Amino acid sequence: MDTPNGSYSYFEHQADMGIIGRGSTMEEAFSQAARAMFNLMVEVGQVQPRQKVSVQCQGNDQAELFVEWLNHLLSEADIRQMAFADFRVDSLSDSHLAGAAWGEPFDPQRHYPKTEVKAATYAMLFVDQEGDQCVARCVVDL
Amino acid sequence: MDLSQLNRQGEYKWIIPKTGGMIVPGLIFASQELIEEMDHMVYEQVSNVACLPGIQRFSMAMPDAHWGYGFPIGGVAAFDPQVGGVISVGGVGFDVNCGVRTLKTGLVWDDVKPRLKELVDILFALVPAGMGSRGEISLSGSQIEDVLTTGSQWVASHGYGTQEDLDYTEDRGMVPGADPSAVSQVALKRERRQVGTLGSGNHYLEIQRVEEIYNPEVAHKFGLAVEDVVVTIHCGSRALGHQVGTDYLKLLASASRKYGIPIRERELVCAPIESPEGKRYFSAVNCAINYAFANRQVITHLVRLGFEKVFPRADLHMLYDIGHNTCKVERHKIDGQVKEVYVHRKGATRAFGPSRENLPPAYQGFGQPVIVGGTMGTASYILVGAERGEQEAFASVCHGAGRRMSRKKAKKIWRGEHLIRELEAKGIYVRGHSQAGLAEEAPGAYKDVTAVIDTIHQSGLAHKVACLKPAGCIKG
Repeated sequence: MDTPNGSYSYFEHQADMGIIGRGSTMEEAFSQAARAMFNLMVEVGQVQPRQKVSVQCQGNDQAELFVEWLNHLLSEADIRQMAFADFRVDSLSDSHLAGAAWGEPFDPQRHYPKTEVKAATYAMLFVDQEGDQCVARCVVDL
Repeated sequence: MDLSQLNRQGEYKWIIPKTGGMIVPGLIFASQELIEEMDHMVYEQVSNVACLPGIQRFSMAMPDAHWGYGFPIGGVAAFDPQVGGVISVGGVGFDVNCGVRTLKTGLVWDDVKPRLKELVDILFALVPAGMGSRGEISLSGSQIEDVLTTGSQWVASHGYGTQEDLDYTEDRGMVPGADPSAVSQVALKRERRQVGTLGSGNHYLEIQRVEEIYNPEVAHKFGLAVEDVVVTIHCGSRALGHQVGTDYLKLLASASRKYGIPIRERELVCAPIESPEGKRYFSAVNCAINYAFANRQVITHLVRLGFEKVFPRADLHMLYDIGHNTCKVERHKIDGQVKEVYVHRKGATRAFGPSRENLPPAYQGFGQPVIVGGTMGTASYILVGAERGEQEAFASVCHGAGRRMSRKKAKKIWRGEHLIRELEAKGIYVRGHSQAGLAEEAPGAYKDVTAVIDTIHQSGLAHKVACLKPAGCIKG
């Protein structure tokens, strides 16, 4: 799916699924990848961004922060029993990330539940520039 | 896989010679056909695992192996703590103690056939499954701790099972050395009302019919006969287990750096078994193992309730319950010497032979039942552990058919609703909580389970006992 500043897509992994976020900034790439991940679990287009949940995480490098960000979102959604659809990374350094997700209480009738994502993993992890684009990708375990 | 890089040893063994940093050679069990089809990443990952400190004899892969996280899915490796052996997140996986349990119903196919749909519909309504599903049991903080430390034993003592259920569960449904303080608050919070839920993905609840018996003596001992109806539950430790994997992936990444362990793939992060980090991870794994046993035990209770509604006289007894994403302390004979090692089985099943102590009472002298789940359209198998497997593969065999096609590809080829109709035409009644999820699990997306089982049987790692055909299937 494309927005003016970024897009997300998927790549194949024999057992599971790879997610890719692209953007003009790394913050945008991280947000897009989060949307790709949640779109494996629910139809994100059906989720109303009514409620905001803030996320902070620490890591040793941006690649680790990317996996942390995705896993924080998974646990927040699970604990709050919410579905997320919109994401924003406000600040990103080599050791710290601050961002937020928007969504609403998970409703199996409206959100078209798909497959639970168990975790974002280090498999095929890549966080870097590709040409003039920022790219963040990894495999998620389903 | 490029066969020129392998040395063939007999019909079913392929050696990856020691190169570079490999401490031991690699060993893949497969027929020529299966190895030709096998992903090259299995070669890479078996070689990478072979570099980890303290690994014993071989880094192994089973015939259903495919590309995984650090370890291949279908990977087996044993580590000796006395020589700096490690414990690795990649060797256990995110769904800790994901496993299978088979229940004998005492019914035959002629009893069940006319009421199959009714039975499946009732079970579909009773057993929570699918994305975000929650169960009826709300555990308090201290009750969660009880489940983490005593697994199935706690839930059985609270009305969800019997002593016999425990006797016929691997490790009696409870592994020792589970300290709940090793499990994060986030993992505990995520537990909320998930005990007794199936989950999604490749997890299922299946009504099966015994189609063929290969070994009448063992089948009789296991209580299986042709036309018997059994139920198999496939699920794991739910979000609690996933969070344990997630938490320790990060913690052991630091530990790997701290102890200077060379890691060829990031998912192979590990810590020496005897280090504080390694001990803590093992403790958390044990907690999640116990949680998964408890989960399958509560689902067993729900299955019994469902059967009672349709077949009031049905009496469900355990065949066995066994995990296939685990790390276990076991004694194995290595180079003539009995050693206590930490056996990682990532998508592989323990298969204790007849001489093991600790087998359930009725199976002593015969070997442990091995349950291998196929797909919703093909077959599942019951095998029995063998001496050969003890000697050659740390008493391990395969766990399923193994994927041969990505979920993305499968979704392009199949659609959930078509698949349901196709399977119904074959006499298999399928209910799923997600159409997209069903398409990803299409039988055609998996390897030929029979070829995988034949490799295990022919290589002598375990022996075929019975073939089970799916009749009704519930997918998360």
